[in-house]
Amino acid sequence: MRFKKELDFVHLSKYFYIFSIVLTVLGVGFLAFLGLNYSVDFKAGSNVDVALSKSITQEQLAPALASLNMEHEPSITIGDQRVNIRYDEVLNDTQSEALKTEITKLDDQASFEINTVDTEMAKELARNAIYSVLLSCLGIIIYVSIRFEWRFALAAIVALMHDAFMVVAIFSIFRLEVDITFIVAVLTIIGYSINDTIVIFDRIRENLRFGKQKTYEDLKALVNKSVAQTLMRSLYTAFTVFIAAFFLFALGGESIKMFSLAMVIGLLFGAYSSIFIASPLWLLLKKRQKPAVNNNPAKA
Amino acid sequence: MKRLMGFIITVLVLTGVMAFTTPGLLDKVRLGLDLKGGFEILYQAEPMDVGGELTRASLQKTAESLEKRANALGTSEPEVTTEGTDRIRLKIAGVTDEAEVRKKMKEPAVLTFRSAAEGDAAGTYSKIELVGSDFVEGAAEVQRDQLNQPVISIKVKDKDKFAEITKRLLGKELAIYLDERLLSAPFVRAELTDGNASISGNYTIDEARELADTINLGALPLKLTEKYSQSVGATLGKQSLDQTIMAGLVASVIILIFMIGMYRLPGILASFALILHTWLLILVFVLADFTLTLPGIAAFILGIGMAVDANIITNERIREEMRSGKSILSSVKAGNKTSFRTVMDANVTTIIVAAVMFAFGTGAVKGFALILIVEIVLSIVTNLYFAHWLLSTLVKSGALKKPKQFGVKESDISAL
Repeated sequence: MRFKKELDFVHLSKYFYIFSIVLTVLGVGFLAFLGLNYSVDFKAGSNVDVALSKSITQEQLAPALASLNMEHEPSITIGDQRVNIRYDEVLNDTQSEALKTEITKLDDQASFEINTVDTEMAKELARNAIYSVLLSCLGIIIYVSIRFEWRFALAAIVALMHDAFMVVAIFSIFRLEVDITFIVAVLTIIGYSINDTIVIFDRIRENLRFGKQKTYEDLKALVNKSVAQTLMRSLYTAFTVFIAAFFLFALGGESIKMFSLAMVIGLLFGAYSSIFIASPLWLLLKKRQKPAVNNNPAKA
Repeated sequence: MKRLMGFIITVLVLTGVMAFTTPGLLDKVRLGLDLKGGFEILYQAEPMDVGGELTRASLQKTAESLEKRANALGTSEPEVTTEGTDRIRLKIAGVTDEAEVRKKMKEPAVLTFRSAAEGDAAGTYSKIELVGSDFVEGAAEVQRDQLNQPVISIKVKDKDKFAEITKRLLGKELAIYLDERLLSAPFVRAELTDGNASISGNYTIDEARELADTINLGALPLKLTEKYSQSVGATLGKQSLDQTIMAGLVASVIILIFMIGMYRLPGILASFALILHTWLLILVFVLADFTLTLPGIAAFILGIGMAVDANIITNERIREEMRSGKSILSSVKAGNKTSFRTVMDANVTTIIVAAVMFAFGTGAVKGFALILIVEIVLSIVTNLYFAHWLLSTLVKSGALKKPKQFGVKESDISAL
């Protein structure tokens, strides 16, 4: 199965713009009203992960938790041979030891992972994460502007911001937990999705060298051709990275589940935005460069 | 034929080296706490007294004394590092009594000057005469006496108290302790009334400096508060490790099958380059003594998925050139050449992001970013240069002649 010149990606992208805009609006709405479901990494508090040798019920667990005399009720998620308890307060050494002792009474095979983050630290982590995202974008803008031209850089940044935002939006909509590994995932997605975009841009730049593109139609055909030429590569590599991320999510350790899920979502959006957002956006910017050529003002 | 031999020998030697060394290498990889169990605490250090100063040196000293304490508690390989201007990160694996260790760690290091009380065994001193805060901050320094022997000059805040002590202990030892550890037991040689004293003994210059530093730090003890802690049970760590490695193996196998199914012979070469890439990454881990953490393994596995990209770009390009009717040799040449630039551009942008993560991240984020950078660099070496070389050699030696071997159908090739 090979796509030649049958598919008009530029034309199709109009519908995808609408899809992306709807999702963005939805994401902004959810973020504004519900925000993100922060884990202790950002909110401060303690997170207790317990691996058990048998399944345990909430009722069995209740006395153990009550014995701690914590001011606020923790939120508890019970899985198969697995319990997650999250406190909004910071557990001190004695409290976490007491909790361990109590749970060990229920199951002497229990193994724990306890993470505690103090409020100030949480704020710092969040701040660093935002700086990282902004600085990464700046670095990419500079590099792409040097290697290509500013239109490519702008289109690439829009595409990668789109990818990063989509992951954040989906995590907000589905109330998935955001921890520090989520930030790592978003940054990795930025790094990877730009990779995808660059490959198509490289091809556009290469094709630009052959012959003069006089009209908008020429440019549009060129973008369509470039996307078609790199499409199989985009799909194949999206597939291989997807496989890696998917199996990490499905089989990997518990504490990187959210990371892998964010990666899976980000990868899909990364491949999608490179094809349907970045390249058509570059065309839109390029079109403006030649006001004389305006015989087909495709409003996108 | 010569080329083919070179190719075969390279592949065989590399395969042999990899097969032979991999088990040993894997054993040597240092595992992070999240994989083998243990705990990690990030402390914020503050001066004990209001208005006290927090210096680089005092932070360093505090870290060192934390490490000594951890060692004294019998923990295996404690790892203590300073971070920024006021933080200390402590990692300890395989602790049975975590609460006890944590409590001990948080107590500030106590510097005391002691004399022998009645009933003390020879060489032990239990009566505390002076504590760290009795000394003038930062006043301890190393000097040379007339015989050019290093001596440590110190200043006390309360002259009268010091005069009384030195008078009482004249000719006896005034031992210096850090926590319960005896550092030195110099004799009091004179009654000192001006608050200045010098400690002499058979010190080397380094010993003298260390003692002076300790006394200065003793006058400036740091208070530690836990800012972040992670504690992982050994069973849970092992479980995470096994699960994640399993995930990696399944993903890798599928990726390799996909590459071979899709690109046939070049796919096999690409798979070989990928395996070499993974082996080199493990080698770097062992040589550079990196610690493998759970996010690290994730970076590893994702990296395999991403490294394939270079091969896919190249092979897709070669197939494209072939379909346009070029000969195999010129297709491979053109494909290698044009894909090179694309792959470099794509990798540099990823390195930029990874470098930013490394600069701004802490702990696990830093580790992840570092692995990503190493991985990209290795990927350029193996999946770009090495894979190109393998492919060109095979084509030039005449072992790869048919488009079918590249997974290209004859019917797809258009006449030039």
